[in-house]
Amino acid sequence: MSRLVALPLLLPLVGAAVAVLTGRSRTVQRIVSLTVLTLTLGCSVLLLVEVDRSGTLVAHGGGWAAPMGIALVADRFAAVMLVVATAVLLAVAVFAIGEPGTERNHVAFQSVYLILAAGVSGAFLTGDLFNLFVSFELMLTASYVLITLGGRRAQVRSGMTYIVISLLASTVFVTALALLYAATGTLNMADLSLKLATVPVGLRQAFALLLLGVFGIKAAIFPLFFWLPDSYPIAPSPITAIFAGLLTKVGLYAIVRTQLLLFAPDMPTDVLLWVAGLTMVVGVLGAIAQDDLKRILSFTIVSQIGFMIMGLSFGTVAGIAALVYSMVHHVVVTTALFCAGGLVEYAGGSSQLKRIGAMLRTAPLVALLFLLPALSIAGIPPFSGFISKLSLVIAGFDANRALIVAVALGVSLLTLYAMMRIWVGAFWSPQEEPTPAASAERSGRFGAPALMIAPTVALVAATLVIAAAAGGIFSFSERTAGDLVHPRTYIDKVLDQ
Amino acid sequence: MTIALDACAAILFGLGTYLVLQRKLSRIIIGLGLLTHGANVLLIASGRRGYPPIVGSVGGTMSDPLPQALVLTAIVISFAVTMFLLALAYRSWQLTDDDEVADDVADRMISRDTSPGEDVADQEESMPEPVEVEVEEL
Repeated sequence: MSRLVALPLLLPLVGAAVAVLTGRSRTVQRIVSLTVLTLTLGCSVLLLVEVDRSGTLVAHGGGWAAPMGIALVADRFAAVMLVVATAVLLAVAVFAIGEPGTERNHVAFQSVYLILAAGVSGAFLTGDLFNLFVSFELMLTASYVLITLGGRRAQVRSGMTYIVISLLASTVFVTALALLYAATGTLNMADLSLKLATVPVGLRQAFALLLLGVFGIKAAIFPLFFWLPDSYPIAPSPITAIFAGLLTKVGLYAIVRTQLLLFAPDMPTDVLLWVAGLTMVVGVLGAIAQDDLKRILSFTIVSQIGFMIMGLSFGTVAGIAALVYSMVHHVVVTTALFCAGGLVEYAGGSSQLKRIGAMLRTAPLVALLFLLPALSIAGIPPFSGFISKLSLVIAGFDANRALIVAVALGVSLLTLYAMMRIWVGAFWSPQEEPTPAASAERSGRFGAPALMIAPTVALVAATLVIAAAAGGIFSFSERTAGDLVHPRTYIDKVLDQ
Repeated sequence: MTIALDACAAILFGLGTYLVLQRKLSRIIIGLGLLTHGANVLLIASGRRGYPPIVGSVGGTMSDPLPQALVLTAIVISFAVTMFLLALAYRSWQLTDDDEVADDVADRMISRDTSPGEDVADQEESMPEPVEVEVEEL
C-alpha cells in the first residue's frame, strides 16, 4: 500500500514526458493529460481512504530508512489536500481545453501543466525539507512558463516581477536550509522535529520566522503579497484559475506543516495574529479599490489567506480543524470563482467592470455560476464559506481572541461588498458601449463553450457538496487537526520507531 | 576554511542584493545569480569538513557528502530558472527595445487619476499590440 504514496508524484511526471513526445497531435496530448490527471485523482482518493482508515503511510525512496533516505509521507492533511488539488487540476485542465486560445496555441501547455501537477503533489507528500524545495521549484518553474505563455508585453512585464520575487524566496529558502542543516545535521522533517529541541530557543524562533517568510511569499501573506494581484490577472483565465486556487494554498500548506511539526512549542503566535489581521484587512481594502474583475478576485484571495492564517495562529485543535476545512473549501471555491470570472471575460469580452454589463440578461447561466461561489466566499449561509467562517469564529472565541474575530467579521462584510460590486458592474448595470468582442450570440445558448461551462458547473457543484457534507468533512478536519497538533504518531511512523 | 566560505557567501549576498535592487533586468539576473551562488556556498559550508567522502580512501574524518549533493541540485535548478529569465529578458528587449522593468499597472492608473492631462493607460492601449509569439517552442 505504501507504494501508492509515490504515484501522485510519478504519474504526472511520466505523463509530462509522454505529452512532450506526442507534441504533434494535440488530441493525443489532451487524452494523455486527462487520463493521467484522472488516474492521479483515483490514487489520491484511494490514499485518502486508506490513510483515514489505517493511519499515516510512508514510502522510503530506494528502501533507505528515513533520516538517511528520502521519505514520502501521506498523512490525513497531505492526503486531503492532494485529493482537492488533483480534482481542481483536472477540472481546470478541461476548462483550458474548452477555452479557445491558451491550450490550443501552445504545444507545451499540457506537459508544463502536468509538471505543475507533479510539483504540487510533491510539495504535499514530501517528508523532507529539501524535497519540499525541489517540489516548490518544479511547481514554480512550470508556473513561470504558464504565466508568460503567449509572451505578450503585459505578461512579460508582470511575469518578470513574479519570477524575480519567487526566485528570491527560493534563495532565502536554500539559505534557511543551509542554516538548519548546520544547526541540526538533518533535513528530514520528522527527524528535525526531534533534533530542533536541542537547539537554543532563540535560534529556533529565528528559523520559525525565516521559514514563515519564505512560505509567506508563496502564500501571499501581508506584507509579502504585493506580487500576486499584479501578476495573476495578466495570465490567461484557466491559468489564473489554477494559480489562484492552488499555488497560494501550497504555500499555506508548507507554513502549516513546518510551523506545527517543527516549531509547535514556540510558534510565533503573535506575529501570525498580526499577519492574519493585516492580510485580511489590506487584501479586502485592495479588492474594493479595484475596477477589474480579476484584480478584485486576486485581492480577495489575499484577504482569505488571512482567515486561514488566523485559524493557525489560535494553535488549538478547533482552530486547526477550521483551517483544514477552510483550505478544502477555499481551493475549490476560488477556482470556481476564477473559472466563472473567465466565463464572464469570455462572454463579455473584457474583465474591466466599466466595459461589461447587463450580463444577467445575455448570459444568465454565467451569472448563476458566478453568484454561488461569490456568496460562498463572502460567508453567506448555507454555503461552505459560511461554515468555514463560523468554525473559525467559534475557534477564535474559544481561544479568547475576540478582537481578531471582530476584524474577521468586518472583513467578511467588506468581501460581500466587493463581490456585490462585481455583480452590479458585470450583471446588473446596463452595457454602455458594446465591445467588439462581446460574444453572447457567437457562443450559443450558454454564453460560452460547453467545455468551459461543464468544469465550472462541476466546481460550483463541488462547493455545494462541501457545504452539504460539512458534518463529515468537518469531523475529518478535526481528526486531521488532532494529528497536526500532536505530531508524535507522524514522527514515529516516518522514523519507523 | 569555514570562515572563508562564510565570508565569501556574505560578499556574494551583499553584491547580489545591490544588483537585484536595480531597474535593468540584466542586472537583476546577474544579481540573482550572485545571490543563489551565495546561498549555495553557505549550503556547502553547512556540512562537516574533512577528507573526500570515499570509503577506504584515506583515514581521518570524512567531509559530509550530503550538502554537496544538495548543492548540485540547487545549482541545476537555479541554472534552469536563470536560463528562463534570460529568455524572458530577451523577449522583453524584443518587445520594448529595453530590458528595464516597467512600472506597475496600478501605479500608472493612480498617476493617471491624479494628473488628468496625461492619460497613460490610453497611451499604452493605442500602441500596436505585438504579434503573439510562443515563448516555448519545442
